[in-house]
Amino acid sequence: MNIIVVGLGKVGEKLVERLSREDGHNITVVDVRQSILQDTVNSYDVMGVTGSGAGIETLNEAGIDEADILIAVTGSDVLNLLTCLIARKINNNCNTIARVRNPEYSREIHLIKEELGLAMIINPEQTAAMEMARVLRFPSAIEIDTFAKGRVEILKFRLQKDSPLCNLKLVDIGGRLGSNILICGVERGNDAFIPSGDFMLKEGDFVSIVAAIKDAASFIKKIGIKTNKVKDCIIVGGGTTAVYLAHNLIKSGIEVKIIEQNRERAEFLCGIIPKADIINGDGTDNRLLIEEGIENAESFVSLTNIDEENVMLSLYANTKTQGKVITKINRIGYDEVIRNLGLDTIIYPKDITAEYILRFVRAMNNSIGSNIETMHYILDGKAEALEFRIVDGSPVANKTLETISLKPDILIACIIREGKIITPRGKDMMLAGDTVIVVTTNKGFNDISDILK
Amino acid sequence: MKYRIVSYVLGCVLGIEAAAMLLPFGCAVVFDEPCKWTFLLCSLICLGVSVPLILTRPKDKTMFAKEGFAAVALSWIFMSVFGALPFVFSGSIPNFIDAFFETASGFTTTGASILSDVEALPKSMLFWRSFTHWIGGMGVLVFLVAILPVSGGGNLHLIRAESPGHSVGKLVPRVKSTAKILYGIYILMTILEILLLMVGGFDWFEASTLTFGTAGTGGFGILNSSVGEYSSYIQVIITVFMVMFGVDFSFYYLLIMRKVRSAFKMEEVWIYLGIIAASIAVIFFNIRDAFGTSEEALRHSAFQVSSIITTTGFSTVDFDLWPQLSKTILVLLMFCGACAGSTGGGLKVSRILILFKSIIKEIKVLVHPKSTVKVKLNGKPLEHEVLRGVNVFFVAYMFIFAVAMLIISCDNMDFTTNFTAVVATLSNIGPGLGAVGPTCNFSGYSTVSTLVLSLVMIIGRLEIFPVLVLLSRKTWKK
Repeated sequence: MNIIVVGLGKVGEKLVERLSREDGHNITVVDVRQSILQDTVNSYDVMGVTGSGAGIETLNEAGIDEADILIAVTGSDVLNLLTCLIARKINNNCNTIARVRNPEYSREIHLIKEELGLAMIINPEQTAAMEMARVLRFPSAIEIDTFAKGRVEILKFRLQKDSPLCNLKLVDIGGRLGSNILICGVERGNDAFIPSGDFMLKEGDFVSIVAAIKDAASFIKKIGIKTNKVKDCIIVGGGTTAVYLAHNLIKSGIEVKIIEQNRERAEFLCGIIPKADIINGDGTDNRLLIEEGIENAESFVSLTNIDEENVMLSLYANTKTQGKVITKINRIGYDEVIRNLGLDTIIYPKDITAEYILRFVRAMNNSIGSNIETMHYILDGKAEALEFRIVDGSPVANKTLETISLKPDILIACIIREGKIITPRGKDMMLAGDTVIVVTTNKGFNDISDILK
Repeated sequence: MKYRIVSYVLGCVLGIEAAAMLLPFGCAVVFDEPCKWTFLLCSLICLGVSVPLILTRPKDKTMFAKEGFAAVALSWIFMSVFGALPFVFSGSIPNFIDAFFETASGFTTTGASILSDVEALPKSMLFWRSFTHWIGGMGVLVFLVAILPVSGGGNLHLIRAESPGHSVGKLVPRVKSTAKILYGIYILMTILEILLLMVGGFDWFEASTLTFGTAGTGGFGILNSSVGEYSSYIQVIITVFMVMFGVDFSFYYLLIMRKVRSAFKMEEVWIYLGIIAASIAVIFFNIRDAFGTSEEALRHSAFQVSSIITTTGFSTVDFDLWPQLSKTILVLLMFCGACAGSTGGGLKVSRILILFKSIIKEIKVLVHPKSTVKVKLNGKPLEHEVLRGVNVFFVAYMFIFAVAMLIISCDNMDFTTNFTAVVATLSNIGPGLGAVGPTCNFSGYSTVSTLVLSLVMIIGRLEIFPVLVLLSRKTWKK
């Protein structure tokens, strides 16, 4: 597909990185800053065009007349919308995606989307807040991705020292715990594995399991992790994300306390989130945190604008509370270091935003030629979980799994047949009409037949 | 530097060279010449060196600028070394340094020769000599990128280090597709010329060798008189194609994509054609009296101008006998060279244009000290980095020129010979004036000078910096 990315900020660059890794995309990037453009062109296989995305000449040079998707992710909402508007005027077949982050537009967002013919509007703060809220409702997992219209989940959690799963081989887990789940991926340090039966789990591994929702809950309970959603939440930093998050949490009955340093901002928050407790004070002040009850808080979210401060806050919170701790990281890129700090959930708004857009691009790509229903990056982006629909005459249909020879590093994680979820064993078959979830560290699968050797 | 990625690229390049040597082998089989086994042997030697190098293929194929530069520069040196083997083994050019000069001259599309009697060589040897022009014209790394299964941002460094021009961009978002398009246009134009030459009465051997010489803007002929003995039809066809291969290939791409308007907006192409037209006109009036008819004078002036500005180096007459004005114009054209993004060498018209505009800008700034003026090309303001690059390139070009001339002056040839020998090799033209004129050759130079001139050709073809990067100690640090 021909894709134009306008704006090489954090999200733009992430998108370019991810998209250029996938096959079959011709990517053109547009930015006014020559030096940044040069860097990107040197690192990824893309073409660069200097200029403003809202300029007709620039868009023409970037090949708008043959573009399938235009993604406008500059720092300015207005510029993004204008770019999309002009792009649609030149090429009516181009799908446009705009990043719009100003909360003032959020109420009219549907109107804007409709009127400008946008395919998608993405708001990074809101998206990040949604992600955080989801984690808080299911605090034991680190990441949750849903498949099969929400019936199947892939959960990721970290093995604690006292977990019964430690030092257990995968083949023994079913027998020991009698659960209907499948371990589809393990991350250890920087490596990601799709484990086979004799794989031994160790303390500190990040384990991803695929299961039906109710099975997942009971499994989690069996291995001794609390499943209850949190009752209250302390948020440090009252930015836009905090507003979205607070609204979201309050709606699901979670008490929210926001600590905001700036007096004016605190008063403003007070006005727009009446149900939350707004504390005007320095969130990095330990005494204040203790005074506000961090020791008994069931969850803690650090949302200040400084990444380093968020990391420190969360590390501190980890020592004080048993609750869930979420850290927002906007900018810094030392993933490996941060992961080893033992912070349980880290939210990278740029990654999430990029992920959402990628999902859309994938879905578009599917409509021309492939048949992926949904797809998620799992295991820290090192693997993909793909949902395929099996059609009549597919080369994998009507065969028992034992007899199908797969490429390496592929796991058929789940079969969904008429709403029933089957954790596949060797004797199971894929039938026409089923959807199946495939987990793989290979990239660029477009069809279920790609899994065959 | 990551040695493994560099050696991997080197291995691939030698693999391509091994495959390329099978063509002259085929040619030798057709003509049943005894040197056929030489080609097969050399091909196997290339393959033998290439395979272990390819096996060093690293897992992480990311390439940074320095690896790109080093890989390209080393590839060209190695290619010339291995390409010289057939000449040495078959005894056509027994001295290895001479053979290296001849091959470097072939790959860099210079066309300078140390052979005094070209016609004495077996046909397959001549074919190989001309074929090196064709490989070197568009560049072997561009070919490699077009066929290599991996793609990544790093590959752009390879193309950038190999392709001529002040700023090498892409035609389409993917490096690989860009490389394929370039080679597609190149192959198409090559086939067209071969066919047109065959219409003029050439057999396939003459048509293809001469076309390789034109397409790469090389200049190796198969007769001692270069192109002088052929019919005027052939000479006209070659003139037209020389000019065409000197045009920026993105011009053709834009034409193919029916973006005629943006194609015709390319300033460089117009200036290039303008310089050619003006030079032809002046030389025509300058030499008209020496020829019987005006047609003949026009044909020869057009042929020589096109041959020199595109840095091909074919000749129809001995222009060393022409009046001073004509000779001087030709020498100046040697510096100028063809368009960026073509197969030609030299400073490139775009750089001359930018330098010229910089002078105008400087004058404006001197007159109005506070005025803000930007140098523009194709209607777009140029970044400071680009201007700096062009300026430094020009200075480096002149330095290399001076140093090379100093070294070869030890051989005690006359000034005209030395001066034109260096410019003819640095700009990848071929013949110069005096003792290296169109009817003479470079065999008069000593071994040291031959080696220096060989390196000058490679430096000129890769536009200086990739080779200079090799000399920095920091490049080699792990």
